[in-house]
Amino acid sequence: MEEDGSSGFIERPGADRQWYDLFSRGARDWLRHNDKVRSAVRERLPELIANSDVLPRADSTVQVPVRFLEHSRFRLRDPGQQEGVGQGEGKPGDQLTGPAEQREGKGAGGNDEGGYQFVLELKIDDIVDWLWEELKLPNLKVKSGAVRNEDYQREGWSRRGVRSRLDRRRSLKEAIKRRAVQPDGAAFTDDDLRYRQLSLRKRPATEAVVFFAMDVSSSMTDHDRKLAKSFFFWVVQGLRRQYTHIEPVFVAHTIEAWEFPEQEFFQVSGSGGTVASAAFRKILDIAAQRYDPGRFNIYTFYASDGANFRHDREAAQAALAELGEIVNFIGYVETAPAAQQALSTETSALFEQLQADTGVAGRYGLSTPESVWDAIRAFFTQQADVEV
Amino acid sequence: MTEALTRYAQRLEELAKEHGLDYYPVQFEEVPSSFMMEIAVYGLPVRMPHWSFGVRYIYQLIQHRMGHSRLFEVVFPGNPGRAYLARNNSLQENTLVTAHVLGHADFAKNNTLFKRSQEQVGYKIVEQAASHAREIGYAVEQHGQTRVEQVLDAALALEAHIDTVQPLRRERYPQYLEPSKTGRGGPFQSRFDNLPGGPVATDAPLERVRAPTPPAPERDLLWLIAEYAPDLEEWERDIFRAVREESFYFYPVFACQIMNEGWASYWHARLLREADFLPQNEYLDALKTHSDVVRPHAAEQQASLVVNPYHLGFSIWESIVEEHGIERAFQIRGEDDDFSFVRNYLSQELAEELKLFRYEQAADGSVRVLDHDIHALRETALAPKYNFGAPAVLATHIANDGSLELFHEHATDGRGLDLDRAERVLDYLHKMWRRPMALETIDTERRTKVLRRS
Repeated sequence: MEEDGSSGFIERPGADRQWYDLFSRGARDWLRHNDKVRSAVRERLPELIANSDVLPRADSTVQVPVRFLEHSRFRLRDPGQQEGVGQGEGKPGDQLTGPAEQREGKGAGGNDEGGYQFVLELKIDDIVDWLWEELKLPNLKVKSGAVRNEDYQREGWSRRGVRSRLDRRRSLKEAIKRRAVQPDGAAFTDDDLRYRQLSLRKRPATEAVVFFAMDVSSSMTDHDRKLAKSFFFWVVQGLRRQYTHIEPVFVAHTIEAWEFPEQEFFQVSGSGGTVASAAFRKILDIAAQRYDPGRFNIYTFYASDGANFRHDREAAQAALAELGEIVNFIGYVETAPAAQQALSTETSALFEQLQADTGVAGRYGLSTPESVWDAIRAFFTQQADVEV
Repeated sequence: MTEALTRYAQRLEELAKEHGLDYYPVQFEEVPSSFMMEIAVYGLPVRMPHWSFGVRYIYQLIQHRMGHSRLFEVVFPGNPGRAYLARNNSLQENTLVTAHVLGHADFAKNNTLFKRSQEQVGYKIVEQAASHAREIGYAVEQHGQTRVEQVLDAALALEAHIDTVQPLRRERYPQYLEPSKTGRGGPFQSRFDNLPGGPVATDAPLERVRAPTPPAPERDLLWLIAEYAPDLEEWERDIFRAVREESFYFYPVFACQIMNEGWASYWHARLLREADFLPQNEYLDALKTHSDVVRPHAAEQQASLVVNPYHLGFSIWESIVEEHGIERAFQIRGEDDDFSFVRNYLSQELAEELKLFRYEQAADGSVRVLDHDIHALRETALAPKYNFGAPAVLATHIANDGSLELFHEHATDGRGLDLDRAERVLDYLHKMWRRPMALETIDTERRTKVLRRS
């Protein structure tokens, strides 16, 4: 090689210097890493939701502790003991104490960054968006027809009206227009005044109530509850996309039924047998007292392992039929240890009947966290098809 | 500040040349410390994008914030060489750094490993890496981030799996075995054939025999995939080639770290000592920086479990110059790498003086000092440097259906691969190879373990 030129300092013009300050490749690649973490977290969502104590609210965030992703390389298995060369005071046999320094795997092979954790904060809203994207869920249609709210809405202006509805800006404009053709006209006349006009409009109801009923008899295990809970959660989130206001109501039952606040609902455990009609009656009562089917869209979800008392069959069937008349939809979630066992029970048969009669019922078997996704997909697809 | 520094730099260069340092011109540039940190993370000022660099970057940032690491300079060999200094360093610090850089520049021009890599890779690695980054940027535009990232996941995972004994630009394997000179079956057979009454020698061409691929176990996995992966597209092969080229550049930096840092430290100390043009107080400040750089471990600690390569290299070079003279030192910097350097010149006395010890760290983190045996010390210090710091994974066979067999030389490495990581690397590779793959290693019970992809 010939030696061309000599050593020296490079002075960059101002613009170039700022480039260094403005652009960070490291930050760019770090953001890319975070994207990858997010999508990895996305795959673990059912698990995350199932493990929290209450259903997170839509405007809240979930904090997920995550490790840095590791770009894997071939490495030797960690030996039980690691040898190295150190420097300082030390005789054979000495135990070294004090702050142990990190052994850094520098150089091409080293990649020991796994030790740091950081917390990723995810908005529930974002998660729901991903979910929609991922599951390609159809938008569910709000039931049209009978369910309507009546309300006054602003509509145009009038020359007559009560003083409180006087639109000053509009009136002033009218006055200006008039004076443009009447140079000597009065500042204001009664004809200039404009009042806001209201008219009675009918709007589809945008409120919804969701009843969550759960069998808390002794046969329902923690695993069963977690599955039910994550299904409940995603249903609420999905319904929230349709309705401006949504109210969850929690009902637990064994042979009796009780309404619970959300915080306690998932911890409730009862003993004794299962009488599903108790829960259905309780829902009918609450609906009659607080949620007028004319104003509210009513959704009901019932989770159970399906072992209903045989002598309750008729009572349950009757109560279900009544429920079927007031709800937009009633879904039955059956938890089972294995997928093939689900939906072959007493309770399941009741819902099958209702589904055949009215078309407003659905049944889903839950056995693994993944099956929650299938159930969600089935629910929303069915809704979009049924309600036109 | 730069004016004074330019002046000092000129004087330091004159001094360096008087002492016989021989280097290509160096272009110095002062940059913000944030940029310095990125260079340290990427290994090059402009390099291909990959999320794993992002992780190293944050890691570095945390270390930096906690005050554990301070970067003084980064030098890239070449013609001209390039040196980046932190703009927020003091004049004294950067004066020392300038002298240090001259040491590196001399080393890079004269050390055999560096020479060889520059002859092959070229003298403008900074520009070459930037052009790789640009090409990969185009590939992202054309083929999408996901696909390009998959290629980089695989290629960068194999970064250390090259064969620097072979040239950077290699011929493909021969397709056919060379017909053996003595005809079929070796010398005995040919003597037998020549006996009277034997078969008549014909001129018919010998049947050509297809050579196996690879003919011998192959270390250079990056090359093998770039050239022999059955279903790769050309732009994907180019990414493997780009990563491989950069690896060839990184190898001497890795294999001579102790020598190279030591050499640069030796020269910054010596040049400053003799720089009578420096005002007294600036000399003292620079000297303080020197002792910070080459200190064995933080003062408040009893001992360190990592040997500072600056300090170790510096001490060895000082003892060499003292015992054998500067001419011999110049010769060693030309001919050795860390292996021979540590084995030949880290003497028992020096190790005692430096208080080096060998230790054992149990899985729970407790540390026990083992011994001061010089041979064991040297080998333990060098152990992480073998084979570019990676396990020896070789490609042993590509079958007719394109399936690939990989073999981990566990006998030389002493234990098996970390199986979780190996599985993940195999996942990366399988996305590129797109045919069946098998990787053989051993498990904790030393039984053969084969990981497969179909």
